[in-house]
Amino acid sequence: MIGERVLSLGVLAVLGGVALLAAATDEPFTITLATRVAILALAAAGLNIALGLGGLVSFGHALFFGLGGYVMGILAFHAQTYTPLDLGLFEVAGTKSMPLIWLAAVAVSALVAIPVGLLALRTSGVYFIMITLAFAQMFYYFTISWSAYGGEDGLSIYVRNGFPGLNTLDPIQFFGLCFALLCVVLWLSARLARSPFGLALGAARQAPARAEAVGFDPMRLRLVAFIISGAIAGLAGALYADLNRFVSPAMFGWHLSGELIVLVILGGVARIIGPVVGAGLFVMLEHFLGQVTDFWQIWLGLILLVIVLYARGGIVGLVSPRRTGHG
Amino acid sequence: MSLILVIEQILNGVQLGVMLFLMAAGLTLIFGVMGLINLAHGSLYMVGAFAAAAVAGVTGSFLLGLVAALVAAAAAGALIEVTVIRRLYAADHLDQVLATFALILVFSEGVRWVFGSFPLFLDIPAALSGPVTLPGGIEYPLYRLVLIGIGLAVGLGLWWLIERTRLGIRIRAGENDREMIAALGVDISRLYTLVFALGAALAGLAGALVGAIQSVQVGMGEPVLILAFVVIVIGGIGSIRGAFVGALLVGLTETLGGVFLPAFFGLFTDPATATSIGASLASMAIYVLMGVVLVWRPTGLFGVRA
Repeated sequence: MIGERVLSLGVLAVLGGVALLAAATDEPFTITLATRVAILALAAAGLNIALGLGGLVSFGHALFFGLGGYVMGILAFHAQTYTPLDLGLFEVAGTKSMPLIWLAAVAVSALVAIPVGLLALRTSGVYFIMITLAFAQMFYYFTISWSAYGGEDGLSIYVRNGFPGLNTLDPIQFFGLCFALLCVVLWLSARLARSPFGLALGAARQAPARAEAVGFDPMRLRLVAFIISGAIAGLAGALYADLNRFVSPAMFGWHLSGELIVLVILGGVARIIGPVVGAGLFVMLEHFLGQVTDFWQIWLGLILLVIVLYARGGIVGLVSPRRTGHG
Repeated sequence: MSLILVIEQILNGVQLGVMLFLMAAGLTLIFGVMGLINLAHGSLYMVGAFAAAAVAGVTGSFLLGLVAALVAAAAAGALIEVTVIRRLYAADHLDQVLATFALILVFSEGVRWVFGSFPLFLDIPAALSGPVTLPGGIEYPLYRLVLIGIGLAVGLGLWWLIERTRLGIRIRAGENDREMIAALGVDISRLYTLVFALGAALAGLAGALVGAIQSVQVGMGEPVLILAFVVIVIGGIGSIRGAFVGALLVGLTETLGGVFLPAFFGLFTDPATATSIGASLASMAIYVLMGVVLVWRPTGLFGVRA
């Protein structure tokens, strides 16, 4: 039995330690893997707010991940071609500055999450799963046919965007940025879970009728959770695009939505550190099984099946079980 | 825009619609009876197509290929029902989504392992290839007409099975009250396996039939699966009639939108812009349709009111 706080700090220390060790021994590929873990964990931490705290099984979070990616891609594309971005009413210049791009990614994702959430939250259960999936697919097909930004081929960004005072081309410095953002988001989601809002959201998940009877509006709580969740996934998308220096419609793909859920479940639903554990395990499986066999996804599938059928609390649940039965 | 083009496109839309119906009917039946959301349904479609292509390739007989598709998909369906799916009926939707997502990975990579990454090809039988001339002088591929016929026949058959046979009575009873029919002596777990295998066979049939006009490759089931989801969300989950209406709506919207939206925008802007705006909007049209239906009726056109 390990306390959750100790476990969380331990896991983050391991992730940071691996990257630092790789930097010391000059292994940039390992740093890239660690960066991938941090970014995927960030996206999954976003999803965990909707899925874990709110009980909203969104099968379309790739929508926000992709939006963040395309915000980065489009802004950087206009900056590298020195063309203004025409927004209809006014024009803005492209930018290669990470803080501006992050701000835009978060804003755009949150703005899109409002109508999507309003529509999707009218439904529940399977309908919610499918309508979120459908919204992500809508953007997927839209970007495929949107030839101005590469269409099906995607969009390449030649140089990684900059951050004031840092050299983002250095793998460990870029990792540091992603890691810091991850820590901030995890800290915020831990705060959120204990806040009056988080408790009300949990109440709306466990007993919507009772929550409503004491004066909460479950719909509004869920909508706010969905928007926050989408905004974080959007931020992760912008980072992911910067990691690969490439965006493509695949970022909106339903495989990605599925993988994000897998990360949350692997780690443990509604556990603060769950997404990091899940993302770490996923990237390690992908890397090591990928070396052994070309068909590593078979084994990923089988492992997933075993976890779903036999280890309901995910990895964090195995190491640090909840004292009460209430999730 | 000639009348002939319009009629051709409507026929294409109906053909897509009836094939979507084969997929959606199984999905909606499985959800209605067992309360299970099955993402791996697209994998069963793929299994059917590969079985048909492999058997037709060896024997040279399209008909044997179809039989192989039905058998292989039903067997694969029954196998996963007994080993995995059965444990998920009481689980929540999140577990079902994950477990069936895991099954997709296993199926897709397994098929890639056996058949390789290159697409297989399934030829249309000679007797069904080539165009026919419809009244009004419209030339239309015979095979596509046959697909429409098969889809409608399967739809009628399903209706007969569910409304007029003993098995159908049990399926409907299972939808309403599983404890009660188990208490009345119906072997509920066998009934579930049977329903799942039936849904799988329909998906396999659709895969084989469509495999002859597209290439047979890994991942072919996924776009169809998502369209089938849209269909059952529009039609109302659990309703076969809803699946049929939804499938035709989606098939027609998808096909007609792709042709007429660019033409429609051509009335206002120059052809290049019209084509790109029209194509972008056409690719989103069915999702807009779904959104409109859900705003109007959150449980779909024929869904049960919560």
